[in-house]
Amino acid sequence: MAFYVVQFLTGLASAASLFLVASGLSIIFGVTRIVNFAHGAFYMLGAYIAFTLTEQFSGALGFWGGIVVAAAIVALAGVLVEIVLLRRIYHSPELFQLLATFGLTLMVEDLVVLIWGPDDLLGRRAPGFKGAIDFFGQNIPSYDLFLIVLGPVVLAILWLLFQRTRWGILVRAATQDRDMVAALGVNQKWLFTSVFAVGVFLAALGGALQIPRDAVHHAMDLRVIVEVFVVVVIGGLGSIVGAFVAAVLVSELNAFGILIFPKISIILVFLVMAVVLIIRPWGLFGKAEAPARRTPGLTVNPWRPLTSGERLAALAALAVAAALPLVGGNYALTVGAEIAIFVIFAASLHFLMSVGGLASFGHAAYFGLGAYGVAFLAKMAGLPMILCLLLGPLLGCVGAAVFGFFAVQLSGVYFAMLTLAFAQIVWSIAFQWVAVTGGDNGILGLWPESWAASPSHFYWLSLGIAAASVIALRIAIFSPFGYALRATRDSLLRSEAVGIDAKRIQWTAFVIAGTVAGVAGALFAYLKGSVFPDNLGISLSVDALVMVLLGGVETVSGPVIGAIVYKALNIWLVSQTDLSKLVLGAFIVVIVVVFPKGIVGMLEAFTQRRRPSSAKSSLVTSPIESAE
Amino acid sequence: MSNASPLLSVERLTKSYGGIHAVRGVSFELRSGEILALIGPNGAGKSTCFDMLNGQNTPDTGRIRLLGEDTTGKKPREVWRLGVGRTFQITATFPTMTVRENVQVALISHGHQLFNLWGSASGFATAEAGRLLDLVGMGSYADRACGELAYGDLKRLELAVALANQPKLLLMDEPTAGMAPRERIDLMRLTARIAREQSIGVLFTEHDMDVVFEHADRVLVLNRGTLIAEGSPQEVRGNPQVQAVYLGEGLVYDERHRKGASA
Repeated sequence: MAFYVVQFLTGLASAASLFLVASGLSIIFGVTRIVNFAHGAFYMLGAYIAFTLTEQFSGALGFWGGIVVAAAIVALAGVLVEIVLLRRIYHSPELFQLLATFGLTLMVEDLVVLIWGPDDLLGRRAPGFKGAIDFFGQNIPSYDLFLIVLGPVVLAILWLLFQRTRWGILVRAATQDRDMVAALGVNQKWLFTSVFAVGVFLAALGGALQIPRDAVHHAMDLRVIVEVFVVVVIGGLGSIVGAFVAAVLVSELNAFGILIFPKISIILVFLVMAVVLIIRPWGLFGKAEAPARRTPGLTVNPWRPLTSGERLAALAALAVAAALPLVGGNYALTVGAEIAIFVIFAASLHFLMSVGGLASFGHAAYFGLGAYGVAFLAKMAGLPMILCLLLGPLLGCVGAAVFGFFAVQLSGVYFAMLTLAFAQIVWSIAFQWVAVTGGDNGILGLWPESWAASPSHFYWLSLGIAAASVIALRIAIFSPFGYALRATRDSLLRSEAVGIDAKRIQWTAFVIAGTVAGVAGALFAYLKGSVFPDNLGISLSVDALVMVLLGGVETVSGPVIGAIVYKALNIWLVSQTDLSKLVLGAFIVVIVVVFPKGIVGMLEAFTQRRRPSSAKSSLVTSPIESAE
Repeated sequence: MSNASPLLSVERLTKSYGGIHAVRGVSFELRSGEILALIGPNGAGKSTCFDMLNGQNTPDTGRIRLLGEDTTGKKPREVWRLGVGRTFQITATFPTMTVRENVQVALISHGHQLFNLWGSASGFATAEAGRLLDLVGMGSYADRACGELAYGDLKRLELAVALANQPKLLLMDEPTAGMAPRERIDLMRLTARIAREQSIGVLFTEHDMDVVFEHADRVLVLNRGTLIAEGSPQEVRGNPQVQAVYLGEGLVYDERHRKGASA
């Protein structure tokens, strides 16, 4: 019995830190409507800086002072980020905001390794809380007890701050209607900056307080951000009480889940999240948001199929690509095959995100599932390659059918967070379930059969499947289903009012996108000859997002161009520098801020400017009498 | 067209939010080809009533029958399948699609082709889409991006979309709000003509009394969630209770004032 009590208390102690980070995210979202992906990075920075400060200054004051000062330093960095970056993108679509803050996260990950090195760092014990308390033969670290008390204390302080101060009243008002608050003469810039500073301070404090419990390492940002996303989805984005309750719930599920399913404890958290979402899609303490009228985006440029001339040009480009084995060496062919595979992957995400308006932040899950599907079929069932390529993607299809069902119940940032959480869960299973997946060692020795083994043959195979996939997706985009999907993206209200079951349409699109991503993953497994958990990791998901964005999120051909440019750039970059994340992160930030329309979008705008626009202007003024 | 059973019958509809009774025991009927106006001051419960008929909102109590079928609590898309077209107070269209594509989406849905992944949607029912657009005078706009349209044109496009499933009932929430005076008259004349020709029942809410009195066959007056008057435009116009709550105290004051002056 005592054991369970101790386990419960450990869970409560973990909840404190999680609550701090989650409440910070919630506060920032409430006012600025930005889901700050970089929140995990600020948490990590808090831990690293606190480590340095507490090592530097001795004594109780050195420790506690170091922790608070570290959080304050990170908060200042947050202010800088808000002023320099976020102020430029408050009016961008939410997808761009998520990506920009993700770009920051990537940069911080490399910076942290650059400054503090790649090794785990073990921090000091907290002065005054070094020992443990005996509880019926079980040890409870006294620092855990401190954290257990701290959680509710912070909750109370935040409550007082929001209920009793002028600043708090302004923040609550802005959470409800920020335009109204601005119209009443409140300096919105200052309000946003201060809210961001408080949110970042809480995240950094959460990180700093972890150093006596956990090692500081350069991957702690992604781990915490996924948990925080789960917490705010369960608790309700924007609710601080919700963040507290959900943090306790998630931490306890982790603490006891380890006892029940030692290998895949995260499944339990997922199940709870799924149940909460079915019963209350906006979280336990969140409020149902009115069906938002979607902003049409950056342009209103109706899509059209390629003209016959453009089709010929595309065919010619494909013929040129098919001639690569005549001139390129083996390395060029391997790179070419990889690019072709990523064209498939990007096109599949584009179908979901541009056509369906559902920006998945965990699309790699279905890519990776396709890859694992092939690995299972080839290594365990010993099926021939052609069957593996056909059946392997079905694992991606099944995964997309299960997760997609829940994900399409939500939209916007909730959808993004949920898909990310799902991908991370799949990743954890691949990572932890060593008996089946080989864990971190992956599954090796997946080589193509002789008919596809030579680099040129495999390149042609990849190119052919890529061309077929892109054509099939284009046909779907301009099919009745594609129209219905775009309709649900443009206006849910109108779609439902013309008999469209939006959720079913979106779910179908999710399954299609997941299956096609699985095709890409299946090919990728044969290209690399192995499958690893990284094949369903977050960075791969973000690669796909950046490819679509770079090509132009509001174009039809964007993902193909984006994938080719991005992948070629990426492969070149990795061969040139060790700091590829830093460069990539900066690259993402620049795209979002400077080129939000992407390459194809810019080309379209350019050709449109050259076309005479007389036809348009005469129609705008045409008289209304034609109605009679 | 049979007058035996009403197209729409609403019985004792009630809806409250917390302690506020938005709609209290509203009952009325609507026949095919009839144009019925639902009027009342702001906050009278018009939109709540409307949303319940359309399925966007569920009544606490009461019953809605469409062509004898109970549609209470059905979802908007289910109500649409039964033959109800709807336009919104603030237009809801698909801004990134062309005008023709907007209508085609509704036609695709009506033809049960929503899950057709293979066919070409741009060639789907172009003739019917063109016919509907011509009907509302939008034929020459078919290839324009919907997001570029002027507001009055959006309202006409919405009407074409609402007519795509050959509805038996049109629900129009403030169809002329935000339009220029000339456009209002044109749109309502057009609606009335289509309704008479195809014997579609029309229920609309409206603030513009000129529009109401010119086009409505019958008028329902709602105040604080209760129906206070029902009848022809003339009857309603002459009803002192309606004048008091709806047309405003100013008129009453004016008459007294005049009486006082003549006495």
